[in-house]
Amino acid sequence: MSYEIIGITVLWLFLYGYLIVASVDFGAGFFAYYARITKKDHIINRLIQRYLSPVWEVTNVFFVFFFVGVVGFFPDTAYYYGTSLLVPGSIAIILLAIRGSFYAFENYGSKQSNVYMFLYGATGLFIPASLSVALTLSEGGFIVEESGTVTLNYLDLFTSPLSWSIVGLAVVSVLFISSAFLTFYASRANDQAALKLVRGYALFWSTPTIIAALTAFIFLGQHNERHFNNMMDLWWMLGLSVGFFMIAMFLLYIGKYYGLAFISIMLQFFFAFFAYGIGHYPFILDPYITVQSSATHESMGIALVVVFIAGLLLLIPSLILLMKLFLFDADYIKGKK
Amino acid sequence: MLFEQDPVLMSRLLTTLTLGFHIIFATLGVGVPLMISIAEFIGIKRQDPHYLMLARRWARGFLITVAVGVVTGTAIGLQLSLLWPNFMQVAGNVIALPLFMEVFAFFFEAIFLGIYFYTWDRFKNPYIHWMLTIPIVIGAGMSAVFITTVNGFMNTPDGFLLENGHFAAVNPIAAMLNPATPTKVFHVLTTAYLTVAAVLASITAFMILKKKTSDYHKKALKLTMSLVFIFGILSALAGDFSAKFLAEHQPEKLAAAEWHFETEEGADLILFGWLNDAHEVIGEIRIPNFLSFLAYGDFNAEVTGLEEFPEDEIPPLWIHYMFDLMVMIGFALIGIAFLYLILSKMKKLNEHNKGMLSLIVLSGPLAMLAIEFGWVFAEEGRQPWIIRGYMTVEEAATTSPYVGLMFILFLGLYIVLGVLCVVILRKLFRNSPVEDELEKQYPTIEKGDSE
Ligand code: HDD
Ligand code: HEM
Ligand code: HEM
Repeated sequence: MSYEIIGITVLWLFLYGYLIVASVDFGAGFFAYYARITKKDHIINRLIQRYLSPVWEVTNVFFVFFFVGVVGFFPDTAYYYGTSLLVPGSIAIILLAIRGSFYAFENYGSKQSNVYMFLYGATGLFIPASLSVALTLSEGGFIVEESGTVTLNYLDLFTSPLSWSIVGLAVVSVLFISSAFLTFYASRANDQAALKLVRGYALFWSTPTIIAALTAFIFLGQHNERHFNNMMDLWWMLGLSVGFFMIAMFLLYIGKYYGLAFISIMLQFFFAFFAYGIGHYPFILDPYITVQSSATHESMGIALVVVFIAGLLLLIPSLILLMKLFLFDADYIKGKK
Repeated sequence: MLFEQDPVLMSRLLTTLTLGFHIIFATLGVGVPLMISIAEFIGIKRQDPHYLMLARRWARGFLITVAVGVVTGTAIGLQLSLLWPNFMQVAGNVIALPLFMEVFAFFFEAIFLGIYFYTWDRFKNPYIHWMLTIPIVIGAGMSAVFITTVNGFMNTPDGFLLENGHFAAVNPIAAMLNPATPTKVFHVLTTAYLTVAAVLASITAFMILKKKTSDYHKKALKLTMSLVFIFGILSALAGDFSAKFLAEHQPEKLAAAEWHFETEEGADLILFGWLNDAHEVIGEIRIPNFLSFLAYGDFNAEVTGLEEFPEDEIPPLWIHYMFDLMVMIGFALIGIAFLYLILSKMKKLNEHNKGMLSLIVLSGPLAMLAIEFGWVFAEEGRQPWIIRGYMTVEEAATTSPYVGLMFILFLGLYIVLGVLCVVILRKLFRNSPVEDELEKQYPTIEKGDSE
């Protein structure tokens, strides 16, 4: 495999990783707020906090990893996306900044205030919405280069059904993934009251997720036929995705094996996300940037791959330690430690 | 609107704003882990709860500043592409490696930070918990090292060939190990440790002034002031190396900083003063032959003057003040620490007198100012280049007309973050004074911190 293919695969994997861990985090923020206003916070907020406190920074690094990696492997992306994304990008940064710092201020600092909780919950939905815009842009037609200047056509973007359907999909997926994870976490903690509540959320958000996915897929077909057809050729991946969704729903419904249910949901998104990504290939930004045309020099590409492997060797044991201590240590989850 | 007319100027201002804000928290992020580690180690070794409590309380405050460091760092990371797309497109080919490695360093640090904070008293052997600080110290230090190599590259680009306007034959390792890297890394690390020690000392001194002396505060002050002294000396040494590096590789920066117009042997060091219309220096303090010494370690060496450079490649001359202020502060910090150590060694003298303590209170903010002055000097001294000799700042900037608007948004964000950070920290420590906490935690140790 050539280094640019390895590069894009690795980055896509990390984006997938971010999708999962960030969804858990963003959605949990929303549920924490929702529970607060519906006066159920005593049931689940402790659970949410015990998971989130040790890992929020790690979640953020996934994101940083992705954008630093993209610009590293494919420097042309900095030029096109950088120039056109100044405004949406800045807004996303500000939302992320508010969320991250307020989280710390609230949790480690003072007692919980409603304003913080609100901002924390609201940004949990706005951030995925604003980040998902980058995916819409990559489909082409919104970023145009004319006589050497790159501009973003806001009017087209805001009136495009594709763009709104992707935003919708991002938001409901966040809620679905997050509630499914919390269901698993609550069952580990053996916290029946919380389990009942979050399992309800998970069941509720499943239907909108599948509907939003279909809608986005249809609008994609209208906007970028090439991409749509490529994905249709990967029908078996889409099929697997739906299959895992059914398994997850079944398990959630019968109320057993929540761990397996969450893994099924991860696989559901894995296959859908990769079908989308492979279908997108070779374009990074349709029609300006392809994986090949924008790849960095070979020596740099190889250096990055080497560092990546070395980095993983360092990180994986550390991540396992983190998970062992917080995610799979039953006593910790139950609050005994 | 004035704002919308010049994306270059606005991009520079926004970068300055974000970096100027981030560097405060980045410096804390590099230095505080080392301080925590030292305090916890002493605490375990001497079985002294005071030091353990120091480590705990520093760590708790650190959680807040880390958060601001992370979010502002994410901001600058994205802004590099948003504001300087041409720079990242070109330089990305050469400097992607250190930026990528930096992310791994963060990752590593973040994971262990998470573990460290939530595992006080979870291990039977206290040294295991202490050992968790090692990857944090290393991770934080390495992120400073990697980002500094990038900055070094901008000053003395290396590791590529220029072929019809494009970078070719890229060698990422050579780019990282460019001539500026060794001195810069050494100076950035030592000053970060110096600054954090000074900040912690000044908080302690402030507490003593406000309330009363306790053993806890005395020990904290002794520890931090000793570190100020050690890292102060190392910083000055590193600064001297940096000046020698400049003399050799970036002579226009040193010459602009020193208002050294004509190439000459036995050059004088000029402190402060100002320039009249004819570009003559007046009202300065002149130290004969010292510039030659600073630049080459030899009082008679020849130092390149600004006359040797084309007019449009000379950095702005006001960086002279930045340099002077930074150096003055450096010597002042060493002086304050030295005085304190002398006083504390002399049995008859009281090192906790009002005057001494007030000086120490000043040292933290001064050190942070020196960091800011140092960076403004280093970055402004590179003007007009963004990659010295290859690309100017003007060529690198975005063409988007909205930068001015974004500047206002970010200014608002940083004001809110800065104010809240201070408010929350004060609340955090006011609500649980050391005395109460010591009583609660020790000797009945076994109690988690996260509760
Ligand atoms: C507490 C902070 C602090 C203190 C006390 C000093 N410095 Fe400094 N200095 C920095 C903080 C700093 C910095 C923020 O770390 C800089 C900015 C860019 C860099 O690489 O380091 C820097 C840059 C910097 C440079 C430019 C390097 C370059 O652009 O490549 C020189 C020549 C010096 N310093 C020299 C000194 C000397 C002779 C000092 C005498 C005591 C001194 N510094 C004290
Ligand atoms: C252009 C310059 C810089 C860029 C692009 C940058 C980028 C970043 C990014 C992306 C983060 C967040 C990482 C995360 O999500 O955890 C961050 C945080 C951090 N940065 Fe910066 N940084 C810059 C300058 C510096 C400097 C000069 C230092 C050290 C001297 C530094 C040290 C740190 C540290 C230690 C953190 C982690 C936060 C903490 O632990 O407090 N950075 N930076
Ligand atoms: C490592 C920590 C760094 C700090 C604290 C820092 C600090 C600063 C400061 C204070 C300025 C404003 C100078 C002025 O008054 O115009 C500046 C300018 C700038 N810096 Fe750095 N810098 C750092 C590293 C970097 C790195 C690694 C990059 C790029 C990869 C970078 C890119 C820029 C750019 C593009 C500008 C604006 C152009 C200019 O005015 O020089 N800086 N930086």
